[in-house]
Amino acid sequence: MIKPTLREQKIFPFADVPEHTSFEAGYLVSVNSGWRSIRPVVNTAACIGCMQCYLYCPDGVIAIQDGKAVIDYDFCKGCGICSKICKPSAIQMESER
Amino acid sequence: MSVSAKTLDKNEYFYGHKACAGCGGSLAVRNALKVLGKNAVAVLPAGCMSAVGFNFPQLCFANNAIISTFAGTASMLTGIEAGFRRRGIKDFTAVGFAGDGGTADIGIQALSGAIDRNDNIIYICYDNEAYMNTGIQKSGLTPFGAKTTTTPAGQNIHGNIRPKKNMFEIVAAHDIPYAATATVGYMNDFLNKVEKASKIQGTKYIHVIAPCPTGWGIPVSDTIDAAREIVDCGLWYLAEYENHTFKINHDPKNFTSVEAYLRKQARFKHLTDEDIAVITDSRDKKWEFIRKNWN
Ligand SMILES: Cc1ncc(C[n+]2csc(CCOP(=O)(O)OP(=O)(O)O)c2C)c(N)n1
Ligand code: SF4
Ligand code: SF4
Ligand code: SF4
Ligand SMILES: [Mg+2]
Repeated sequence: MIKPTLREQKIFPFADVPEHTSFEAGYLVSVNSGWRSIRPVVNTAACIGCMQCYLYCPDGVIAIQDGKAVIDYDFCKGCGICSKICKPSAIQMESER
Repeated sequence: MSVSAKTLDKNEYFYGHKACAGCGGSLAVRNALKVLGKNAVAVLPAGCMSAVGFNFPQLCFANNAIISTFAGTASMLTGIEAGFRRRGIKDFTAVGFAGDGGTADIGIQALSGAIDRNDNIIYICYDNEAYMNTGIQKSGLTPFGAKTTTTPAGQNIHGNIRPKKNMFEIVAAHDIPYAATATVGYMNDFLNKVEKASKIQGTKYIHVIAPCPTGWGIPVSDTIDAAREIVDCGLWYLAEYENHTFKINHDPKNFTSVEAYLRKQARFKHLTDEDIAVITDSRDKKWEFIRKNWN
């Protein structure tokens, strides 16, 4: 699957900063999970695999695996769009703390 | 075959970006790239999508993507298309994602030139109705009455005094091969327009409403609701221009309340009943025109 992926954190000394403003595509060094105060939790029993949450997640962090929604919590920002869009109410937002 | 969640490319080309939670613009970019696939070459001018997508070494596009000057989205698309063609590469799509300011104001000349040459490119304007990346200034696509940092709401002046520029019809007036309006709220409609555009030779323009929770003053969970309601209440419309003809895709029998749409957003909360009557009246006039003149 093509998707930007997390790489090893490393320091780029000035000499290693690309001169021609081009660099490897899909190169991630930090997650977004720290932005969240609430997190979406999928109730797999209620999930009918309709893919609406997948379609409307601005961060693209929901995949449908074996007919159920699965969330990549490294990059979910906790916006709650998936929970609102889900007709069978299979996604509940829960406090992170 | 029409595009839907099921048929959509499973790859994610815009991932790990630093857009605010609930950002409508990032959803438009993410899903349009899923339609165009891995050989899309994306151009992003100064604006939120380049700011959140390229923070070296955090580079959030999996496909080829480049930042252009603020004014130069369309001219860079022209160059990319010509360069790839010259090198004999055929399987690619040059696609631009520019904001409302980058499109209707500073980038309009380059866009007009590209359409005039009929360059084989797709230009997508994600419209969040202000210069968001620099802190919410009015653009030519900010609607009447909206409060921004350059159109404050006070006793005498209630936010923006000018109507939203009619970018869709300005583009169509070039007799472009294909132009369309859309919203991230009705995703299948938007994605099918991107798919259709990808099969047409020449310049294509898609104008997609992409709510910005930060600039509009709505909860981050309400982006899709706002993006639907703007169409349901008639302040935006889903249309196409093709073969020299305008076509309305969705003609609501009854509009939902304009007031209800506006009152949910902090940028409109100062509006008086008279202001809302002005907005409702302009909606009705627009629809009278559409119903009379478009198919
Ligand atoms: C020539 C030039 N003028 C001004 C800027 C500063 N600038 C960067 S992004 C931006 C706002 C972009 O607004 P818009 O095109 O609507 O995109 P958004 O940020 O809302 O996504 C401005 C004014 C710039 N980068 N280049
Ligand atoms: S929207 Fe709800 S039911 Fe549909 S796939 Fe997502 S979690 Fe499952
Ligand atoms: S909360 Fe927002 S970012 Fe997280 S999975 Fe749901 S829609 Fe995506
Ligand atoms: S300010 Fe608005 S457009 Fe910019 S990243 Fe945040 S939500 Fe998206
Ligand atoms: Mg904007």
